[in-house]
Amino acid sequence: MRGPRAKNAIKLLLPLALWLGVWEFLALGVGHSLLLPGPGEVAVRLFALAWTGEFWATALVSLGRVFLGGALGAVLGATVAALSAWKAPVGWALTPVMKIVRATPVASFILLIWLWCSSDWVPVVIAALMSAPVVWSATAQGLESADPKLLELARAYRFDRYKTARLIYIPSAKPAVAAGCRTAMGLAWKAGVAAEALSRPRLALGTQVYNAKVYLETTDLFAWTVAVVALSFMLERGLWALWRLWERRGAGGTA
Amino acid sequence: MELRDLTVHFGDKRVFDHRDFTFPDHGLTLLTGPSGVGKTTLLRALFDRYRADSAFLFQEDRLLPWRTVEQHLLDVMPAPDRSVAAELLELVELTGEEKNYPGALSGGMARRLALGRCLALPSVRLLLDEPFAGVDLARQGRILARLKALGKPIVMTGHGPELEGYADHVTAL
Repeated sequence: MRGPRAKNAIKLLLPLALWLGVWEFLALGVGHSLLLPGPGEVAVRLFALAWTGEFWATALVSLGRVFLGGALGAVLGATVAALSAWKAPVGWALTPVMKIVRATPVASFILLIWLWCSSDWVPVVIAALMSAPVVWSATAQGLESADPKLLELARAYRFDRYKTARLIYIPSAKPAVAAGCRTAMGLAWKAGVAAEALSRPRLALGTQVYNAKVYLETTDLFAWTVAVVALSFMLERGLWALWRLWERRGAGGTA
Repeated sequence: MELRDLTVHFGDKRVFDHRDFTFPDHGLTLLTGPSGVGKTTLLRALFDRYRADSAFLFQEDRLLPWRTVEQHLLDVMPAPDRSVAAELLELVELTGEEKNYPGALSGGMARRLALGRCLALPSVRLLLDEPFAGVDLARQGRILARLKALGKPIVMTGHGPELEGYADHVTAL
């Protein structure tokens, strides 16, 4: 391994080793795994959990809930932004709603939604509510970024609304929407797991985190948290890979 | 083609002040003059007046980075026809580039693609702003000859004695 790949590996592994060292040092200082387990202990517990079918079922169901909610929120946000760009009064009506949703603390939403939905659906709705304003804002910015010279061309060349949207607005907004979706999924994941921890559906990472805390199984609490973080990275990388694939089908060297 | 009492000003600068222009509605008319004299403004005024049946080539290429060469032509046709697109690409000497995106084209090729797309529009006359910027002289001559053979009236801006040689009418501003 030479050159940039080696450099990238060092850039990734060196800080990781540094912070694992700090963690181990602190754990040794505290001296009690009930308060702060060391990284080795957590890794052993994580591997033990990973050997069970329940761990993977829990992870998959949690991922599914957050992905479903995040996707619904993204579609909702993008639709509201597109409708607002198309008809100004729709924007006047819906923009305050999006701003209020964005500003409302997630805990308030979780408790409210929990009153109205079964605990299985709370994380889905919360993930949707967290991702919608982010994607709405990104889509609105993306649509505004459409080159005025291309829009003038569309008028001069008699493009109808559908063609203008398909050939100019959507491709112009694509990068901003992708970046928005990436941010939104990160938020949806965190908020979704928090919603699980409060509403405690049967198969859920959040429920496991909550149970570990209640029964003072601090090592389990850390292990489940590490699993949440790792799955968050995987979700983000997976979505990014999908985006790159979609992008490669668009502008490039040759078709 | 007529423009009567044309007045255009940008802020304090008056480009045209109650001017009248008449252009023959046949052959190739070349608009010449130093930079900033108002060639593009006049061509745009002509397009505004005859928008319904004219095809306008902007001074900038205004290509869509996410569409292929062939798609650029098909996109502006009311009934997309690949054989017509192929003929037009041959006219502007871009045969073989169909699947390429604008990012893979040189400046002159991009200009010729913009011209090809303009030709794909349904129109009875062509209004072309600097159609040969970045295109070599030999190619300019070949493409101009083919453009004239289409039989549509053309009004275009440009510089140089070579272009004047092909023009049926020259309007100097």
